[in-house]
Amino acid sequence: MKYEDAIKKYDPVIGIEVHVELGTVTKMFDAAPNSFGGGPNSNITPTSLGLPGSLPVVNEKAVEYAIKIGLALGCDIAESCRFARKNYFYPDVPKDFQTSQSDEPIAANGEVEVELEDGTMVTIPVERAHMEEDAGKNTHVGGATGRIHGAVHSLVDYNRAGVPLVEIVTHPITGTGERAAEVAAAYVRTLRDIFRALGVSEARMEQGNVRADVNVSLRESPEAPLGTRTETKNVNSFRSIERAVRYEIARQATVLESGEKVVQETRHWHEDTGETTSGRVKSDADDYRYFPEPDLVPLVPSRDWIEELRATLPELPAQKRRRLAAVWGFSDLEMRDVVNAGLLETIEDTVDAGAKPSAARKWWTGEIARLAKQQERHPTDLVTPVQVAALAQLIKDGRLNDKLAKEVLAGVVAGEGEPAEVMTARGLEIVEDTGALEAAVAEAIAANPDVVEKIKGGKMQAVGALMGPIMKATRGQADAGKAREMILAKING
Amino acid sequence: MTESSEITPEQVQHLASLSRIAMGEDELKALAGDLTTILGNVARVNEVVGDDVPATSHPIPLSNVLRPDVVGQTLTSEQALAAAPAAQDDKFVVPQILGEE
Amino acid sequence: MSELIRRSALELAAGLKSGEFSSVEVTQAHLDRIHASEDDFGSFITITDDLALETAQAVDAKRSSGEELHPLAGVPVALKDLVVTEGVRTTAGSKMLENWVPPYESTVHTKVKAAGLPVLGKTNLDEFAMGSTTEHSAFGTTRNPWNLDRVPGGSSGGAAAALAGFQAPLSVGTDTGGSVRQPAAFTGTVGVKPTYGSISRFGIIAMASSLDQVGPMGRDVADAAALHELLAGHDPLDSTSLPDEVSGFVEAARRGDLKGKKLGVIRQLRGEGYQDGVIDSFTAALDIAAAAGAEIIEVDCPSISYALDAYYLIMPSEVSSNLARYDGMRYGLRVEPDAGPVTAETVMAATRAAGFGSEVKRRIILGTYALSAGYYDAYYGSAQKVRTLIQRDFARAFEEVDVLVSPTAPTTALEFGAETGSDPMALYLGDVATLPANLAGIPGLSLPSGVADGLPVGLQILAPARRDVALYEVAGPLEAALVSAGGRVLDTLAEGLSAK
Repeated sequence: MKYEDAIKKYDPVIGIEVHVELGTVTKMFDAAPNSFGGGPNSNITPTSLGLPGSLPVVNEKAVEYAIKIGLALGCDIAESCRFARKNYFYPDVPKDFQTSQSDEPIAANGEVEVELEDGTMVTIPVERAHMEEDAGKNTHVGGATGRIHGAVHSLVDYNRAGVPLVEIVTHPITGTGERAAEVAAAYVRTLRDIFRALGVSEARMEQGNVRADVNVSLRESPEAPLGTRTETKNVNSFRSIERAVRYEIARQATVLESGEKVVQETRHWHEDTGETTSGRVKSDADDYRYFPEPDLVPLVPSRDWIEELRATLPELPAQKRRRLAAVWGFSDLEMRDVVNAGLLETIEDTVDAGAKPSAARKWWTGEIARLAKQQERHPTDLVTPVQVAALAQLIKDGRLNDKLAKEVLAGVVAGEGEPAEVMTARGLEIVEDTGALEAAVAEAIAANPDVVEKIKGGKMQAVGALMGPIMKATRGQADAGKAREMILAKING
Repeated sequence: MTESSEITPEQVQHLASLSRIAMGEDELKALAGDLTTILGNVARVNEVVGDDVPATSHPIPLSNVLRPDVVGQTLTSEQALAAAPAAQDDKFVVPQILGEE
Repeated sequence: MSELIRRSALELAAGLKSGEFSSVEVTQAHLDRIHASEDDFGSFITITDDLALETAQAVDAKRSSGEELHPLAGVPVALKDLVVTEGVRTTAGSKMLENWVPPYESTVHTKVKAAGLPVLGKTNLDEFAMGSTTEHSAFGTTRNPWNLDRVPGGSSGGAAAALAGFQAPLSVGTDTGGSVRQPAAFTGTVGVKPTYGSISRFGIIAMASSLDQVGPMGRDVADAAALHELLAGHDPLDSTSLPDEVSGFVEAARRGDLKGKKLGVIRQLRGEGYQDGVIDSFTAALDIAAAAGAEIIEVDCPSISYALDAYYLIMPSEVSSNLARYDGMRYGLRVEPDAGPVTAETVMAATRAAGFGSEVKRRIILGTYALSAGYYDAYYGSAQKVRTLIQRDFARAFEEVDVLVSPTAPTTALEFGAETGSDPMALYLGDVATLPANLAGIPGLSLPSGVADGLPVGLQILAPARRDVALYEVAGPLEAALVSAGGRVLDTLAEGLSAK
C-alpha cells in the first residue's frame, strides 16, 4: 500500500527516542577522555573497560548538561533520582550491563514546540530525559568479503564505551495524520538545534552524536486504541527519519490490509534501499533485570543549582527566530529561507556590523548564495558578515549601485581585498563627474523624443527606457538615482 | 509470590540462558531443586514488609557524589589489550555477533 | 620457628622503629615460615617473595636515612586475592581469572605500598568470595592451622590461616556476609568488618556491591585497629566511600575500659542451632566482661530473623550483575563450545560454564531469578525493605546499649566436605549472626572468646554505623580481660606449632 493511501485509511502514531552524546571533557562515570583521537582502545580507564574491581563515579558536568536539556524541554527536574543497571550481555558493553536510569529519570514531563516547513507549529509531548552511557564500537570483519580468509568475527574498540548520553523519550505523538513523517524529522531537527544552542553537544547527526529510534504504529481511527508498534533503530539523518516513518506506515498498512498482524519488533533501517527489515522480535529475552546501581548513590540536585542553570539557558532557536523575524520585519517565508540556508547567525552578524536587515538578507540569500552554489561552498566560506555590511554601506552612500556592487563582491570573493579596496582597484566607483552625466542625459533625451512625450504624459516608468543609453554612455558608472532626477528636471523643466 | 513454588529445570534453562551459562541436564535439575528450596525459605521476606516501609538500597545514605569533569589516569591500548584473549589492530577480537548487520 | 614471627604487628613496628631488627629480617622470617608451612596450610595462591623483600629493603633504606615513616612501615602483610594488585596476578580464587595480571592498582594496595608494608602474597579464598569454608577455590584447599582436617572458614580463609599459622602478622580480607569475622572466629584471630564505605572498594573485585567491605585482620585487637587506620579514609574513586575522618582506633583499643559499658546481647542470636561449646564460651566471656564492670543487657532485634532471607536475595542479585563482565571477551578465560556454532553468545556461555564453580553459578542463577520481571518487587524489592527494618532494629538497640554482642558463628571450624550434599539453606545458616551487619552497614568485629574441644570460638561485637571506634573501645579491654582470665587463645596453638 502506498503511503498516501495508508494515511487516508489509518491513523499513524509515532514515538521517538533520541540519544545525544554530551560534549563533556570526560566520560559519564570515569575520567577517560570523551574523544575519539589517539587510536583504538586508548581513551579508556579500568572503569570504561569494566575491569574487575573498577567503580563508577558520576561526572558533574554531564549531570549539569542533562539538567539543562531537561529545562530546555520544559521538563520537571527530579527532586531525587538514581541510576540503575540494565543487564544484558553484548560484547561492546564492557560490564555486560549498561548504567542508565530506569524508573527515576532526572527530567520528566516536558514538551517541545516544533515548526514545520510551512510554519505550522506542533507540540511534541516529552515523557522523560535520562542519563546513561554509550557502548563501544564493533567492526564486523571476515566472511566472504572480509580481510581474513574464512574467519568471521568482530573487532571491538571501547573508546566510545562510557561516553555520556542523554536519552529523550516522547509520549506517543498522535494527531499528526499525513504529516507524521514530516513531524518526526522536524522534531529531531528541533532537538538538534536545542542541543547546539545549549552547547551541550556538537550534535552532528553524521557523526552519530545524535541518534534516533522511531516507533510507528497504526490504528483504524483516532478513537481506536493504539496499535502494535515497531521500533526502527538508529535512523541517523533527518531525511532518513522522514523516509523511515513513511516506509513503516506504508509497510504496516500493507500488512494490515492483507489481514495479518503487525509484529512488535525491532527493525533495521537501510539507507540504500530506503526500507526497514525485521530485527529481533521483542520477547521475554528482553528481561533487563533493572535494579538500582549499588555502586552509585542517589542524585539530589539542589533547587538552587537548578535555578542557577535555568538562568544560564540561552534563547532557544524557536524563540530567537520569532524575535528576529519581528525585529527585522521579515515575512515567515523570508525567515524560513534564511533558517533553511543556515544563514540566521550570519545575517545577525551582518546586521550587527551595520547593515540593514533587508540588505543583509538580500545579499546573503541572493548573489552570495548563487556564487557559493557555483563553487559548491557555503556562503560564509566566501565572504564575512563585516565585508557584506561594508558593501551595503557603499551602496547606501551612493558610491556603488547593485550592479557594480556585484562586481565588487566578485573581487572580494576572488581575494582581491576589502570591498572599498576592490572598488577602487577595479575603478568601479560611481562617477562624480556631473558634466559627463549631464551630457549623457541630454544626449539620451535628444535621441528619444517619443519616450520624452510619454514621460510628459505622466508615464513615469518610461524613464527607465532612457537609463539604458545613459548607462551605456557612462560605462555603467552613472548613479541611477541622480540620472533620474536630471531627466525629470530637464523634461519637466 | 509468597507461596513456595516449584522451580522447573525449564525455568532454570531460561535463567541460564539469560545469564549466559551453558548447562547440562543434570546441572539444570540440581539447580531447580536448590532454587525451589532456597526460594521456599526466603520468599517470606514478602510477608514482613508493608508498603509503608521504604527500601534501603545503600546501607549508609550518601547523595550527590560527583566528579569534576577532568581527565584522569588512563590505560594505554597496550595495557588495555594485554589480557585480551585475542587482539588485532589495537582492538579486541570477539567471535561473530549474531544479529549484527 | 623464628621468634620474630610470634610477635604482633605493633611489636614488630616497635622493634623496627628501635632498630632491634630490620624489615628485611622480619619479611624474610615470614617468607621462610610461609615456604616451610604452605604444604600444610595452603593459605596463599601467589607468594610474592621478591616484591616483599624489595619493599622491605626500600623501607630499611629510608629508615636508616632518617625519613619519616608510617608506624607500620616494614611490617609485612598478606592480601586476600580479591584485592587488585598492579602487575601481580589477581585471581579472585576463580579459574576465570587464573592468569589475570591487573594493569591498575586498587586503593587498598596503593595505601599499603605508600605506607611501606611488604606484601607477602595473595591469600586463598572461596571463588569470588562466595562461600564460608574456602573450599570453593579454584586454587586448592586451605587448612585450619588448629586442625588440618578442619576448614579455616571463609571466604577470607587464606587470610585467617596465614595469621593463625604465623605466616603473616597482618591480613587484608573482605567481608560481604561474615567473610572476615567467621574465619577469624574459626582460627582464633581478630577480624573487623568496618562500617560500609569506611575502606575504599576501588580495586576490590566485587561480589555484592552494597554489602562488600574490606576487613583488616590481625592476631590481636590493636593490630587489627592499626591496619584499619591505615586502610580507612575517603576515596574519590569509590562513590560509596565515606567522607569521615578516621583515626584513634589503636588508642581506643588500648585505653578502653569495660566499666559502665553497656553490652547488648541479641536474643535472636543465641538460641537454636548453636553448638554447646560455642554458647558456653560466649556465656563465660560475658561473665568475664561483667566482672570487669560491663553491664549485660538483653535486647530484641526481631527483624534479624529475616536477615538471612533478605541477604540470600540481595547478595545473589548483585552477584548476578557484578559477575556478568566475566564473559571471555576482554580478559580472563575464553572457552569455545565443544559443538555447534562459535558466536559471541555461545563463547560467553561456554566460558562462563567452564570458568565458574558450582556455588558461583548457583548464586548467579538465583540472583537472575530474583531480579527477573515479575519477581523483582516480591523478592529484591521486599528484601531491600527488610534491610530498612533491620536498620531500625539496630538503631533502637543502640539507643539502649553501647555495642551488641553475639557468638560470631554457630559452630567452631567445620570438617572438610561437611557442606557438600546438604541443604543449601542449612549451609547458609552459618552466616546468620554476621550478615545482619552487612545488610545494615554497621561495623562488626570478631575476637576469640576461648577454645571449645580444641578449636577456637569467636565473639562478635557490633557498633553503630560510623562508630567503628566503639568496637575497639570494647574489644580492647574485653580481649585484655579474657587473656588475663584464660590466657591468649592463639598461644595454645603456638605452643603446638613450636613443638612440631
